[in-house]
Amino acid sequence: MGAQLRVYKRRIRSVTATKKITKAMEMIAASRVVKAQRKVAASTPYAQELTRAVTAVGTGSNTTHPLTTEADNPTRAAVLLLTSDRGLAGAFNANAIKAAEQLTERLEGEGKRVDTYIVGRRGVAHYNFRERTIAEAFTGFTDEPSYADAKKVAAPLIEAIQSETADGGVDELHIVYTEFVSMMTQTAVGSRLLPLRLEEAAAETAGKGEILPLYDFEPSAEDVLDALLPRYVESRIYNALLQSAASKHAATRRAMKSATDNAGELINTLSRLANAARQAEITQEISEIVGGASALADATAGSDN
Amino acid sequence: MAAELHVALVAADREVWSGEATLVVARTTSGDIGVMPGHQPLLGVLESGPVTIRTPEGGTVVAAVHGGFISFADNKLSLLAEVAELSDEIDVQRVEQELARAKAEDDAEAQRAADVRLRAATAGR
Repeated sequence: MGAQLRVYKRRIRSVTATKKITKAMEMIAASRVVKAQRKVAASTPYAQELTRAVTAVGTGSNTTHPLTTEADNPTRAAVLLLTSDRGLAGAFNANAIKAAEQLTERLEGEGKRVDTYIVGRRGVAHYNFRERTIAEAFTGFTDEPSYADAKKVAAPLIEAIQSETADGGVDELHIVYTEFVSMMTQTAVGSRLLPLRLEEAAAETAGKGEILPLYDFEPSAEDVLDALLPRYVESRIYNALLQSAASKHAATRRAMKSATDNAGELINTLSRLANAARQAEITQEISEIVGGASALADATAGSDN
Repeated sequence: MAAELHVALVAADREVWSGEATLVVARTTSGDIGVMPGHQPLLGVLESGPVTIRTPEGGTVVAAVHGGFISFADNKLSLLAEVAELSDEIDVQRVEQELARAKAEDDAEAQRAADVRLRAATAGR
């Protein structure tokens, strides 16, 4: 076998191995998307009821709670950025980080100091590399987040928003995550979690022009709101974590699918080149034999004379 | 047929139980509360404790609920809990072990959680 042909054969073998791996990763990601989607759906009733309850208290009572009223002069904001622990997901992490950076820039433009909280090793690595300060980082659960993980993430945020701005508290809480629109579309969005925009929350639950009843609060509206809002934040973060996980798997699936397609294409091109090389080798061998034979024939014919 | 109300018992990551009921008894921070069909709209904070749901067929469903909310409006009752388990999902032996361990380690919270589970499990049988 000629050297050229051997090189092609070796490359085909290595690309075939890569293709098998990317194909397997694609299929794993596809099954995980379905699982993650199911988890999103399972968490929806809780989130919906909770939003409804928050809206009911917020609109049905005249209580002023630090979590529902906007500070007159907000000076500090917290941004929670959700990325993934692992890469190989196309532009998934880059998009989320870009959205967070845009949001941070906008908030800083409004004169607020921004504390960044990050979920996922990719985001942490990005910020560490650029030597930016991270208020707190959470890693190790982005593929399959549980409610306990959401609580863990929410705890320092709730604490920060409840404490006074002068003691290191924040006035606003923003969250940047990748919304799962469909298998093909995932968009990075940044939204304000707190203080609550009641109109938005109301629009989410009561789309049919439903009027919220006048509730009786047990023990009192303030106490209910005090207990509700941390749960509300946790549930929103949980939902965002789940959507982010689903989006990450969908992005991985797509990235791996195009990697598999590219590998297939490369294999095709390489086998054509290998075939051509083999054919060239054969042609050369034949022409060498024919050339040698005719030279020999010429030589013998010459000696006869 | 007695009047009925629709109950949905939802935990953070799943719907635990839903169906019709004639009476729901739950423990709020200011005491036990019983909700029957036609109750005034209500929103309350739940304590850890067993929740009893009486179904129209005369059966009872007991669940252990660890913190959360009760909300009632339009004859629809929602029980929101971070963690909720039905009594027949609870493994009594394991909970007893947990209770013993919590007592040994002096972990008041774990002890209370195990105690609530145990009470719900025994009440449901």
